[in-house]
Amino acid sequence: MATAEASSNLSKVRVQRHKPEENPKEHYLNAESGLWSWLTTVDHKRIGLMYLMALTFFFLVGGLLALAIRIELWAPAADFITADTYNQLFTLHGAIMIFLFLVPSVPAVLGNFILPIQLGAKDVAFPRLNLASFYIYVAGALFTLFAIINGGVDTGWTFYTPYSSSIGGGVTAMTLGVFVIGFSSILTGLNFIVTIHKMRAPGITWGKLPLFCWGLYATSIIQILATPVLAITVLLLAMERIMGIGIFDPALGGDPILYQHFFWFYSHPAVYIMIVPGFGIVSEIVSTFSKKTVFGYWAIALSSLAIAFIGFLVWGHHMFVSGQASLASMVFSFLTFLVGIPTGIKMFNWLATLYKGSIKLDTPLLYVFGFFFLFTVGGVTGIALASIALDVHLHDTYYVVAHFHFVMVGGMVMAFLAGLHYWWPKMFGVMYNQTLAKIACFLIFIGFNVTFLPQFVMGSQGMPRRYFSYIDQFQPFHQISTVGSFILGIGFMLVIYYMLTSLLKKKSVGPNPWGSRALEWQIPSPAPHHNFDYTPVIVHGPYDYHKPMADFQLGLVQSTNGHGPAHGAEISADATQIETDK
Amino acid sequence: MEAIRDFFLPPAKTALASEVDALFWFVHITSLVLIIGILIALAYFVYKYRRKSENDVTPVITHNNKLEVTWSVIPLIITLVVFGWGFQTYVSLTTPPDDAYEVQVTAQKWFWLFQYENGAQSRNELHVPAGRPVKLVMSSRDVIHSFFVPDYRIKQDVVPDRYTETWFRVDEPGESIVFCTEYCGTDHSNMMANVIVHEQEEFETWLAGNSGGGEKPSDLAPAEWGEQLAKEWACTTCHSPDGSELTGPTWLGKFGSQEQLADGSSVTVDENYIRESILEPNAKVVEGYAPVMNTYQGQLNDDQIDAIIEYIKTLK
Amino acid sequence: MANHSSAGSHASHVQHHFVSSEQQFDTAKFGMWVFLATEILMFGGLFAAYIIYRAWYPELFTLASEELNTLWGGVNTLVLIGSSLTVAMAIKSAQLNQKKNIVINLGITVALACVFMVIKYFEYTHKFHLGIFPGEFYTFEGIDHPKANIFFSLYYLMTGLHGIHVTIGIVIISWLMVRAYKGHFDSEYYTPVEITGLYWHLVDIIWIFLFPLFYLID
Repeated sequence: MATAEASSNLSKVRVQRHKPEENPKEHYLNAESGLWSWLTTVDHKRIGLMYLMALTFFFLVGGLLALAIRIELWAPAADFITADTYNQLFTLHGAIMIFLFLVPSVPAVLGNFILPIQLGAKDVAFPRLNLASFYIYVAGALFTLFAIINGGVDTGWTFYTPYSSSIGGGVTAMTLGVFVIGFSSILTGLNFIVTIHKMRAPGITWGKLPLFCWGLYATSIIQILATPVLAITVLLLAMERIMGIGIFDPALGGDPILYQHFFWFYSHPAVYIMIVPGFGIVSEIVSTFSKKTVFGYWAIALSSLAIAFIGFLVWGHHMFVSGQASLASMVFSFLTFLVGIPTGIKMFNWLATLYKGSIKLDTPLLYVFGFFFLFTVGGVTGIALASIALDVHLHDTYYVVAHFHFVMVGGMVMAFLAGLHYWWPKMFGVMYNQTLAKIACFLIFIGFNVTFLPQFVMGSQGMPRRYFSYIDQFQPFHQISTVGSFILGIGFMLVIYYMLTSLLKKKSVGPNPWGSRALEWQIPSPAPHHNFDYTPVIVHGPYDYHKPMADFQLGLVQSTNGHGPAHGAEISADATQIETDK
Repeated sequence: MEAIRDFFLPPAKTALASEVDALFWFVHITSLVLIIGILIALAYFVYKYRRKSENDVTPVITHNNKLEVTWSVIPLIITLVVFGWGFQTYVSLTTPPDDAYEVQVTAQKWFWLFQYENGAQSRNELHVPAGRPVKLVMSSRDVIHSFFVPDYRIKQDVVPDRYTETWFRVDEPGESIVFCTEYCGTDHSNMMANVIVHEQEEFETWLAGNSGGGEKPSDLAPAEWGEQLAKEWACTTCHSPDGSELTGPTWLGKFGSQEQLADGSSVTVDENYIRESILEPNAKVVEGYAPVMNTYQGQLNDDQIDAIIEYIKTLK
Repeated sequence: MANHSSAGSHASHVQHHFVSSEQQFDTAKFGMWVFLATEILMFGGLFAAYIIYRAWYPELFTLASEELNTLWGGVNTLVLIGSSLTVAMAIKSAQLNQKKNIVINLGITVALACVFMVIKYFEYTHKFHLGIFPGEFYTFEGIDHPKANIFFSLYYLMTGLHGIHVTIGIVIISWLMVRAYKGHFDSEYYTPVEITGLYWHLVDIIWIFLFPLFYLID
């Protein structure tokens, strides 16, 4: 092993290459055993996996609810379930998918697992808080499920007053569930921000931060700033129901439109909580599978932050027909267009990264291509909705339903699956069946389009959302959509099948099956118990494919507690020149 | 071309609807061009730059200012055009002309009530004259509803305790459907109405024929009038006359029967009970049904209530 | 500010994933600042509701404010400012390694916080006695305004949420007292005292906004 010594008038640090072990005997999965070791773990990787299991469960529940909705809509009349059941189903579908799946998905699963490793840290800043946020999530989920048996909720996931404050059922329990889950989200965001600021390994400057971390950083900012407002909003709603505080209920002198302002102040940024980490995943994957430096690193990194900040100022575009002032609508519309620009910039940057690359169509990249198409469709239809005159016609129709499914499922779920397929070998040390994976990706893509493209047409024709029955002219579209939803469902089941069977494989794929330069691929797969047995030292950016692999596997020779004195060191491009600023 | 237009959009029955459609096509065709461009570039790159060997060397291209400015500024300009255009059309959509004919709209779970200048009322049927702007002044009696006419490209939330407005002007007589587009509970998807556009004279006739609202037409027996009222006032949305189970108890065979109430007591369905149930619906709720009905106090007069009771008596 | 332990040494209080005591201290403190940002946003929602209703019904706020006792509100303000001072002194004591003073200063802080809550209790019960309840339970007839109930809904929500924060603070600071008594804190390690101090200052500052917004309206 080559060791080298920096010589200058600053203090010296010796680095050496740490080549990852091919078939590690000990790793985080077997370092401790037994159910209790999992339930009480503070290891960010294990917490990530526990989230993965919980989220998969809720995704399946939400998906089954969606299928029930689609079956009911096969024909205009009531033939499968009653109107009240239907109304509860779409409410639950929305609430579960948003609060229990989409919002936590990428940060809590992939972020938890990958972020500390990408930063060269042994864990997140507050490991116990991380575990606590998982249990808070579970508690919130239980509250939400309790709401179902406690009379059900049929308000829609938006809980608009005065409907939500005037009807019976489990609305109070559900809002308290959302309140609790919000804290889980806040704590995860808080943990990530502090981790990114304080836990970076020597050499990881802001300019060398992986774009996935940038995405999570922007997301976390939104989480900590917007979620408390949601918390207070649902708390006010619960108070409205429990003791009639009258702030939102017109019967007691309140203002229902005020509720909408409060709600969307969180819930619009929440859209970016759901999608921005997806941008990070896409950036990582595009670079890895084209073996090429990311085009416009700073443009991608900063546009995430720009989206996060402008995203706070556009909530009123959900309320163009609510009766808010025209001037307010104008400002919100204008800002909404502005938020579209940084999103478009990203898309062009990714395309430019592929230009002259060395492109390998492995499963993660296929999912990313699916993301490109679906998210672009979601984005441009967002532009249509941002235009006030068009929104007046399209608001609360299936056009909106299709739009946000393209963004949330087409964008976010595709990005999540891309990330899961990309990091799966790091999580478990095994490779899934790539042929089946490509078939599943294709099924999901086709199924998704068959489900949701007809909904754009229906919506433009005037089919309102949240309709249990409908007039006959829409039936062909609804039927195509229902067929599509089953293709989509089969696709997801196939993913679960080959992912689970891959776990039975004995053969390790090695530490770096994709040939990536990123730090998480320079440690063994599955990852070691404490991520690194040395202090990693970073000299190049994570996408510098023109530099030899050996340069990306450097670490301190001497270390204390797995780390060394070089924290915060200034590191020059030459791997052997390490200077610390003591 | 027309087939494509009809496939995507409902007929445009107002001049403003056509303006909205022009913007609709501009946005979507521009988007389509963009998406096709991206897909072509993607397909070309994937083919042209496919991985030939594991040792491929890729160029280091970190950024290109000219290119980046171009792909930021061009979309910015396009979106600003869409913004300006959209806002301008929106202002026209929300600014009724001064000479507009005014109709009061009341939304309630789950029907629409339209009231005209001379006291005429109609339920779930909005009668308006052709060739004249019509302004709707809307309010809700319970939760938020939303008034949506796809053919006119107008939509406006209807909020309790405040008034919102929308307007339209249709030149050709005809009918268009109205949807409620703000979720409002069990029968949200049945809360539909029709706009019926008459020639001016025909409208005058209709209006005169309905002045004052609640008087029994001389050619109807009380029970027949009651049946008509039950439909107009959307009673039958929740109470079936044929025994089928809806949101509320059926009326078939109810008169004279004993009903078990939610509080455990029981009551005989007679004139007094029906009258009370119309005016104070939640005073005595039949067991197994949710207390979701609104009062009709101040909306149905005594003659109308009597007629409905007569009608219920005939359902045996 | 930071307690400088020599880099590389790993004292017992340093968790395994930190390089040094200093990094752990900075991290904890930064984490608390981020948490305080979320707290401000959470109260911010209520302040926004307050501002909106005050802008809509300015005369209501003037009228209803008279029902609040400025004297006791003022006393409470002084009490909380005093407790902010003592918590700062506890941190200073830790930095100076005066272990006994940490306990004493934390003790005074808890005592003052309890005084605050007791005064609050009497203010609340007095209003309940008059029939001034939040929202639909409001029965007081002394204020000639149809939306007086909303003013008091806001009052109870905002001071109530603040009171919950004070209570949480009492629990945490009492726990710190026990730990300080056992000698867990010294100039090398006093992170929990420091970050709890930050929290307590925020609780204090929020009250400094609440007091004039509710009690001092002319």
